[in-house]
Amino acid sequence: MWSIISVLVENKPGVLFKVTNLFRSRNYNIDSISVGITENPEFSRMTITTSADEKQLNQIIKQLDKLIDTVEVKRLEEKMSVYRELVLMKIKVTKPSDSMEIMNLANAFKCQVHDVRKTSIIVEITATPDRINAFEDLVRGYGILEIARTGICALPRGGVNED
Amino acid sequence: MEKMSGARSLMVALEKEGVELAFGIPGGANLPIYDELYKSNIRHILVRHEQSASHMADGFGRVSRRPGVCFATSGPGATNIVTGIATAQADSSPMIAITGQVPSKMIGKDAFQESDIIGITNPIVKYAFQPMDAAEIPTVVKKAFYISSTGRPGPVLIDIPKDVQQNEAEMYFPNEVKVRGYHPWVDPDIREIERAIDMLLSAERPIILAGGGVIISGAFAELQSIAELLMIPVVTTFKGKGSFPENHPLSLGPIGMHGHAEANKMMVEADCVLAAGSRFSDRSVGTFEEFEKRLKIIHMDVDPAEIGKNQTTTVAVVGDIKASLRIMVKMLVQKAIKRGDDNPWLKKVNETRDYYRENLKLHPHPLGAAKILRKLREVLPHQSIVTTEVGQHQMWASLFFDVIQPGTFFSSTGLGTMGWGFPAAIGAKAAKPSVPVLDIAGEGSFNMTENSLAVSVLDNLPVIVLLMNNFSLGMVAQWQRTFYDRRMIGIDLKNCPDYVKLAEAYGAQGIRAESIDEVGKAVQTALKSDVATVIDIPIDPQEDVLPFVAPGTPLKDMILPS
Repeated sequence: MWSIISVLVENKPGVLFKVTNLFRSRNYNIDSISVGITENPEFSRMTITTSADEKQLNQIIKQLDKLIDTVEVKRLEEKMSVYRELVLMKIKVTKPSDSMEIMNLANAFKCQVHDVRKTSIIVEITATPDRINAFEDLVRGYGILEIARTGICALPRGGVNED
Repeated sequence: MEKMSGARSLMVALEKEGVELAFGIPGGANLPIYDELYKSNIRHILVRHEQSASHMADGFGRVSRRPGVCFATSGPGATNIVTGIATAQADSSPMIAITGQVPSKMIGKDAFQESDIIGITNPIVKYAFQPMDAAEIPTVVKKAFYISSTGRPGPVLIDIPKDVQQNEAEMYFPNEVKVRGYHPWVDPDIREIERAIDMLLSAERPIILAGGGVIISGAFAELQSIAELLMIPVVTTFKGKGSFPENHPLSLGPIGMHGHAEANKMMVEADCVLAAGSRFSDRSVGTFEEFEKRLKIIHMDVDPAEIGKNQTTTVAVVGDIKASLRIMVKMLVQKAIKRGDDNPWLKKVNETRDYYRENLKLHPHPLGAAKILRKLREVLPHQSIVTTEVGQHQMWASLFFDVIQPGTFFSSTGLGTMGWGFPAAIGAKAAKPSVPVLDIAGEGSFNMTENSLAVSVLDNLPVIVLLMNNFSLGMVAQWQRTFYDRRMIGIDLKNCPDYVKLAEAYGAQGIRAESIDEVGKAVQTALKSDVATVIDIPIDPQEDVLPFVAPGTPLKDMILPS
């Protein structure tokens, strides 16, 4: 089971280290993490996904909350939030028909296609992890040369968690 | 606003926080700080190794319940206090560690005596600051004291690059600071406290487990009122030892790996526990699963992250222990709840305690640990502060030295830092010069910071070291005897050095005590003396600490002396 934790932190040096070091030192696991500045430049938002059981997840949230540089820590329910990950995939092109097939698949998944070459294509997919996995399965046969992923980034849906 | 150097503003800010003394060693990267220390009213206590400075600050902090301050230079000076910081963090002790750092332009260049002390200490500090602008220093100091001393106390590091110490700036000294994202004060939930009372009243075999949080918050009177109003027996964790008078009819003493037999026994049989300021450490409760199964747990703690960390709880009260217990006392008084002592549970508690007090076999040697420590209790005034080193003597202190006046017993219980007791005793003496301070020590542990004798003598902070000398690393020896089929390695200290001569070499008093009578007389001599005293007591190296709950086993499987 995976969970999404959204952490609003002070936007200053060393905070990412404190958060990741907390996971390391308490033997928790980070599956993905994305960090960026928010609408208020004093804060950054970290979106962390982790596979942990309920008890461990509660501890993770409390320990994160205990860090002085975290301002707000909340768990995002899958159904109550919008979450996406951006993935760049460099896919191998062996024969001329491959390009067309890959671009058709990309189209079906609403992906952007970049850098079309004789021997490879880079596809950009922004979707939920399930959908990304489905696309990856479909193009695996062509040969995936390289992958870069941003990690999940998420926000609660309107009306959720709004005090 | 006044223009001054960063180092000067540091001293002014420390004075504003009421700091009267600090422990440390100067070096290249903190000389501007020391130059201002020279001009300030703060008393400097020069130590012989930075680790001791941090332990002294820790001891000072635990006794005064205000952060103790220590100074170290960059690089090795800073890394030498890491053990002290980790010890303070593990035992929630307020401390401010101020390190010099190489000039800001040199940071990251692997400069001489550069260490990334912020990175190194990250997991073991409550917070760390590295001001890069001199003007930040007054606010940083204010925040550091605020963070260190509120909520669950802990060590805060301030690492100041040398140029930042030297740079002049217009200084603003705030009277108050806010730290966004830090909320140390939580009002205890009244309804949860009501539920806790109901649970305690409906329990057949209730028990109170008092932890270090009771001592940190000074909730002694409240704890005693609750125990007496509800007639509930009190066990403590080792950190909580002395949170409740150990000569009280409801006291059973510490539970745990080397807990009192009667305390472990009754803990196992209880059906409901009020755990106040305890984190259910493995050393206290044995295997967690066993502990959880049989009990309804009411958990009070100031740190919300402790709730459910090691133990599933039935009722949780988050907030300062003193505040929570005070509300509980008030409710009990309002509801006119006052229970008598005529019930089967208390009868059993008393029988069990009487049984073990009469029948627990003690080591037959004429200088057995129990005899020494009971003699010590006889002659040492109740208001004296006692620290311990780490090892067998520490666990014997837990078993055989009764703390009568609450809040007078301190030990490195969480990190288990050998070498802590003696410098911590000196820090305690600095915090409370009016009372005798005694370190119950083993020689292996005392070895690690014995050069603090110089500090005790030169800075007129006389403490007594009661050295239970078994010429070996006794606790390791015990484990090798018990778990490693007597393959003894790395434990033999061969009675070196001669501790009487060692004490004398430092200008302290050294006394060898070879009988219980001599132990008593030596402590009395030391109490009358105005110089540090080391009392070297040759004990039997074969004596084990018993009872013993083997690691990873439940309390009920406690091994008793045979």
